[in-house]
Amino acid sequence: MRTVPALAAASAALLALAPWAPQWLVFLLALALAKGLVVLGLLLLMRAGLVSFGQGLYFGLGAYAAALLAHRGGLADAALMIVAGTLGAAAVAALVGLLLARYREIFFGMLSLAFSMILYGLLVKSSTLGSTDGFSVHVRHFAGVPLAEGAERRIFYAASVLAVLALAWALHRWLGSHWGRVTAAIRDNELRVEYLGASVYRVVYVNYIVAGALAGLGGAFAALAVGHVDPETAYWTTSGEFVFIAILGGTGNVLAPFLAAIIFEALRTVANQYAPNVWQMALGVAMLAIILFLPGGLWTLARRKA
Amino acid sequence: MSAILEADDLHKRFGAVSAAADINLALARGSVVSVIGANGAGKTTFLNMVTGYLRPDHGRIRFDGQELVGRTPRQITRLGLARSFQIPQLFQTLSVRENLLVAEGIAAAERVEEAADALLERFSLGPYAARPAGLLPEGVRKLLDVAMALVAQPKLLLLDEPTSGVAADEKFAIMDLVMGAVRGQGVTVLFVEHDMDIVSRYAGRVVAFYDGRVIADGAPAAVLSAEEVRRYVIGEDVRAAA
Repeated sequence: MRTVPALAAASAALLALAPWAPQWLVFLLALALAKGLVVLGLLLLMRAGLVSFGQGLYFGLGAYAAALLAHRGGLADAALMIVAGTLGAAAVAALVGLLLARYREIFFGMLSLAFSMILYGLLVKSSTLGSTDGFSVHVRHFAGVPLAEGAERRIFYAASVLAVLALAWALHRWLGSHWGRVTAAIRDNELRVEYLGASVYRVVYVNYIVAGALAGLGGAFAALAVGHVDPETAYWTTSGEFVFIAILGGTGNVLAPFLAAIIFEALRTVANQYAPNVWQMALGVAMLAIILFLPGGLWTLARRKA
Repeated sequence: MSAILEADDLHKRFGAVSAAADINLALARGSVVSVIGANGAGKTTFLNMVTGYLRPDHGRIRFDGQELVGRTPRQITRLGLARSFQIPQLFQTLSVRENLLVAEGIAAAERVEEAADALLERFSLGPYAARPAGLLPEGVRKLLDVAMALVAQPKLLLLDEPTSGVAADEKFAIMDLVMGAVRGQGVTVLFVEHDMDIVSRYAGRVVAFYDGRVIADGAPAAVLSAEEVRRYVIGEDVRAAA
């Protein structure tokens, strides 16, 4: 499958839904795309053989940074909030990454989880940030333009589609470049990469920051879509969801995270309504089926058809 | 001719085992030197110390006027010293061409794609270009391993058993390709080898290791006929022969 035309077509279709789709569908897709952005960053890490169980750290940071700008800073502009969420998460990833880029396998996974749980603990304990309840997000402008009453969610959704289009395309190009090849080479054989003269640490560090920034952006979009932030965004189950979506979609293509995220959110919505007590069990069975029959994720099916 | 590599008084122990003791070695620029020795003699330990994978307990290693001890493999590679491995170190899921593209990209070749294709041709790897490196026959894996080491256009190339695990009739073909690739480029070559026919044919000088020490060093004919080498390296029963 040709990625760029497929990405453009999918984005056009999603954008076309923005003005007329029912609110519940706009909400579902906006949340799925926000999570897809986090998983896009996870895909970058997984291409180098690293699985982070703590992307909730940056998802939560992005959501809270964006929300705080409106809540405490008085800057209730969605565009600024998106930038704040992205940059805030990237800055923390740049600090945490200094340590994490030295670790691999289970140590990388567990350390990333530990950092996300530190943020969760801080959020839960902080009464000024709403403790376990979190707080609501009220947005009045987008890039200086006042938002029409009732159209906010549709505009945020359209913005998230455009962001997905731009970032998925950019990452597709990046993965096809020398950097992407070295990233895959690191997964296969770090020793050889070093003996060829490249710094494995540098590649992992930069990828980690990019993954953090994407998760922050996803968090900011999620905060805008939901209109509320709470510590659950940084909780380990949220991070686990991202890993689940990454495995569901596979890491073979930049479209896979978004396809998987939409399927995941749709399934959850349906299951919550019709079978709320077996939702987690259904997830477990789905995970088992994917690992057994489609270890490369759902994207393998698209590749086979192509 | 000035030495490109000088190892002075190198020592390395792993617990009670001495892997290198009092190693003193200098390689002349442009020379082709073979290191021989039985398994466990310290050959690969020497290569690992030179390339920064192991740090000697004592001693100095100078390459092209620069001290190597304390530098990382990456820094040493950047100085112009490349190596291949006894077990080829490849990117198993990437194709042969992608392996070379990674190497060319890291070496910052100007035209990465063309440079990779030229290497494919020079090492007769063209028929395998699209095949994942993990699915290659051993001889081709060895060639790709060496080709990747040569991408950085090193001044010194260290080859760790470039023909081990390869069918006897392929060994000379591999060495011909490798030596053909470095010939006329002023590259100094040091290769570890067990096959004495290969050693005699390609090396201008032979260094024999035994028990972490250099026991003979000189022209191939002289070293291979030395009593200690015949006994400890080649495994002949010298007393019975006498």
